[in-house]
Amino acid sequence: MAANEQEILAGLAEIVNEETGIDAASVELDKSFTEDLDIDSLSMMTIVVNAEEKFGVRIPDDEVKNLKTVRDAVTYIQSNQG
Amino acid sequence: MTTTPRIVVTGLGATTPLGGTVAETWEGILAGRSGARPLDVPWVEQYDLPVSFAATLARPPEETLAKVEVRRNDPSAQYALVAAREAWADAGSPEIEPERIGVAIGTGIGGVQTLLEQWDNLREKGPRRVFPLAVPMLMANSPSGTVSLDLGARAGAHTTVSACASGAEAMGYAAEMIRSGRADIVVAGGTEAAMHALPVAGFAAMQALSTRNDDPERASRPYDVDRDGFVLGEGAAVIVLETEEHAKARGAKIYAVLAGLGMSSDAHHITAPEPEGAGASRAMAEAVESAGLALSDISHINAHATSTPVGDVAEANAIRRAFGDHTDSIPVTGTKSMTGHLLGAAGALEAVLTILSVHHRVVPGTINLDNLDPAITLDVVSGEQRALPDGDIAALNNSFGFGGHNVALAIRSI
Repeated sequence: MAANEQEILAGLAEIVNEETGIDAASVELDKSFTEDLDIDSLSMMTIVVNAEEKFGVRIPDDEVKNLKTVRDAVTYIQSNQG
Repeated sequence: MTTTPRIVVTGLGATTPLGGTVAETWEGILAGRSGARPLDVPWVEQYDLPVSFAATLARPPEETLAKVEVRRNDPSAQYALVAAREAWADAGSPEIEPERIGVAIGTGIGGVQTLLEQWDNLREKGPRRVFPLAVPMLMANSPSGTVSLDLGARAGAHTTVSACASGAEAMGYAAEMIRSGRADIVVAGGTEAAMHALPVAGFAAMQALSTRNDDPERASRPYDVDRDGFVLGEGAAVIVLETEEHAKARGAKIYAVLAGLGMSSDAHHITAPEPEGAGASRAMAEAVESAGLALSDISHINAHATSTPVGDVAEANAIRRAFGDHTDSIPVTGTKSMTGHLLGAAGALEAVLTILSVHHRVVPGTINLDNLDPAITLDVVSGEQRALPDGDIAALNNSFGFGGHNVALAIRSI
């Protein structure tokens, strides 16, 4: 069953926390991965790989650079999940 | 000879099969405990491995590291981080210029668990499921790089890879970094995390491991006539080195002097020791000489003594070759009887134990030595520990590795 925005945000926040140690509560929709959360490109890839597995989506490498904010990622996952 | 600065040990750290710290490990050593235990993993049965026990870490790194540090580091780097932080704190967390702090941490096999787990991921789930940190986690220099990041050490981070001599070689490299003026203080040691079916199967295939599956704690028995191979161990040990002048200027406590270093290579066989111990004895003699000591000044040897039938005899021959008649008055111990064989961390751990022996003036006994192999003509300390004399004393720590690497470190009292 497809997850809703809140569920995706919570799941994504959990992945960000596991992969980077950043407090899950600070993973908010309007935060930028690089500017606000200070996540480097390699860490972003670990988040993407885990998000793909968790939400059953495929996030092509070309798409990753467009996921600037947490909202971008949540929206992408929501509209592409299987 | 010009006076070279004395290099001293001001911090110790270790996570081993006997304990999560140096204090816990030393307590286990003095109590004569074995760190060997049955392997509580599915893969022993899954692959029907001929060896079902090992000297696994007493305290998992999860106890001290942040969750994300565990997630993003291979166990080899995790163990190094645990030991390096303990050593650095023990040295008083010196506040010095990052450009003057160096790191040298060796490993025998590197991030083999990550390598094999990610290979499984690739085969079972495809390339998209290979962890993006796989490469920085599996590389052999990951532990030294990770420790340098953690301490902010910028004088250089180095990785010695010489199988079971790696950790001791790192300490030798560190001493040379200081002597050549490249660094004022160096964090040095070894780490190994090869608890995986493949290394176990590989070592078993070359008949290097003890198969005493029914009695793991009695399996590692250096010099005993019934020894049948080594017991695989894991962990890390790290020391902090600096010049005596530097240590005194900052009011640091000093454990001992890393007084001498000897290295050689056998060029004999990729794994078998040279039976007469020519190369190993040259390393020992060089360590003594470079310490400015005489052979008769050595009052203890912490031997490599892995508990393999061939290796223990070759080392005993090498000791006698180096020390001649002095051999009879040198108490030798084989602490792998308790810790198991930590491969690339072994030399580092035994250097720590040798430093503590000199510092506390006590030689721990070799355990499981019921019947001394008649081919071993050494004064092996077993059962009761033995006191070392007062005054200026020095001890030697031997480490040898597949590839024919020989490293001897001379430790002198302060």
